[in-house]
Amino acid sequence: MNRYTRRKITEKIMFFLSVMSAFIGIVVLFLILGYVIYKGAGGLNIDFFTKLPTPVGVPGGGMVNALIGSFYLIGLASLFSIPAGILIGVYLSEFGRGPFASAVRFVSETLTGVPAIVTGIFAYSVIVIPMGRFSALAGAFALSLLMLPIITKSTEELLKMVPETLREASLALGIPRWKTIIRVVLSTAKSGIITGIMLAIARVGGEAAPLLFTAFGNSYMTWRPDQPVASLPVQLYVYAISPYEDWHQKAWASALVLMGIVLITNIVARIYARDK
Amino acid sequence: MQEINKEFRVRSSEFGDKAKFIIEGLNAWFGRNQALKNINMSVKQNEVTAIIGPSGCGKSTFVRCLNRLHEEIIGARCEGRVIFDGKDIYDPDVDPVLIRRRIGMVFQKPNPFPAMTVYENVVAGLILEGRKKKSELDEVVEKFLRLAALWDEVKDKLHQSGARLSSGQQQRLCIARTLAVEPDVILFDEPTSALDPISTAKIEELMQGLKKDYTIVIVTHNMQQAARVSGYTGFFLLGELIEFDRTNKIFTNPANRLTEEYVTGRFG
Ligand SMILES: Nc1ncnc2c1ncn2[C@@H]1O[C@H](COP(=O)(O)OP(=O)(O)OP(=O)(O)O)[C@@H](O)[C@H]1O
Ligand SMILES: [Mg+2]
Repeated sequence: MNRYTRRKITEKIMFFLSVMSAFIGIVVLFLILGYVIYKGAGGLNIDFFTKLPTPVGVPGGGMVNALIGSFYLIGLASLFSIPAGILIGVYLSEFGRGPFASAVRFVSETLTGVPAIVTGIFAYSVIVIPMGRFSALAGAFALSLLMLPIITKSTEELLKMVPETLREASLALGIPRWKTIIRVVLSTAKSGIITGIMLAIARVGGEAAPLLFTAFGNSYMTWRPDQPVASLPVQLYVYAISPYEDWHQKAWASALVLMGIVLITNIVARIYARDK
Repeated sequence: MQEINKEFRVRSSEFGDKAKFIIEGLNAWFGRNQALKNINMSVKQNEVTAIIGPSGCGKSTFVRCLNRLHEEIIGARCEGRVIFDGKDIYDPDVDPVLIRRRIGMVFQKPNPFPAMTVYENVVAGLILEGRKKKSELDEVVEKFLRLAALWDEVKDKLHQSGARLSSGQQQRLCIARTLAVEPDVILFDEPTSALDPISTAKIEELMQGLKKDYTIVIVTHNMQQAARVSGYTGFFLLGELIEFDRTNKIFTNPANRLTEEYVTGRFG
């Protein structure tokens, strides 16, 4: 067998292997999706989206509290993490030289790698313990710690992609640096930054770990930030480990809804990013 | 390397009170790397002054020192005096932002703001003057697009993105944007080197028209362009100003052998 044939065979094998791996990956993904739809679709009905949970043994009821609670927690978390993440991203991209910026960058990157459960414990010890109870605030704080480094990183990267010539054009018009950043740099990168934020939301929206001992859970609806609040991932967890068949069904249904929300957020973010 | 010997037949005093800029002992650095060495030169009011020289000789750095844009690059600094209308723009009490509003700049690559429409691009520099009425802004937009010889081509596209114009149109949009701030001086850094001959001709013609109201400094690699548009020319080499004189002098009978070699295309 000469070199040429051998190389051709190697190429064929490698090609086959990589296509197979991609195929297996996609199949596994669709199996998960399909299985969740199969198990969860039966539990979906209007009540699921509109009714509060019923006590054990009482049939019917829904998860409206967890659904709204999840959005509420993410909204609260966004209130802090979006402005802070954008500001830190601006700092790192536009002024970020020297040891302090390196330190900020390092901390932010480390924060990205911190497991969600650790973030939860941290929020537990700095908010839940001093306050003496579980609360939406603590849950939102834990979520925002997860969102913050993602938004910071994506903002920094996107701002760095804005060509220097635009900043110079703006400065040369006699527009001060800070107005240049807002009017030219940020607005040029706007759609990318929004995409980054949506991906951050999709990333933390399905997390139960940071909420388990912060927002905890609640069978009722509440808007009070100092009260425990339900969320889809935590309710899913509680229902899934329960011994009741009816709850298992509801856990699958909420898994389906959660997956749908994450999927839609991701798709919207990608379409939005591509359009611009 | 041969001794660079400099020759100035035009001196600052010759321009008298027509001197828009008097540049004295200007040195500029990028970090440790010195890009300009002891530049002494004047720029005459309502005149086009061309800056020529081989790539890397400091032409851009020079014009960017005139509107204090050089210092915006990390690690870049300059020393010396740049007297603009009788006042050193490097005096500690001078606000660079205000200087840049009086000394506009057009860059080599057209750089309209991509997130803004044609209309918004023209008025982009006006935001500091507070809120203006829509009708006033409309007037400004039309006036300066006309002045930049772009109005007829874009009057139906005012609310499209500025990035969707051709590059020649984009460059004229950038000129309109610069004019709208109503500066006294416009610095052009190779404004046509990325454009086709027709767009180039349009911009050169435009420059001739602007001369009566503005003082213009243009960096160019194109000898013919310098000869066509300018009244005075400075020849830079390796960060030094080798010769500064009337343009026809520089091109027909330069005093310095290096200038002659450059303008006749023997190096560069
Ligand atoms: N941002 C920068 N950082 C460091 N050095 C720079 C920077 N810009 C320019 N220089 C250096 O300064 C010197 C002068 O550069 P400048 O851009 O002024 O030249 P130029 O005459 O405009 O050249 P060209 O005709 O290619 O535009 C060059 O040696 C260049 O390498
Ligand atoms: Mg240059």
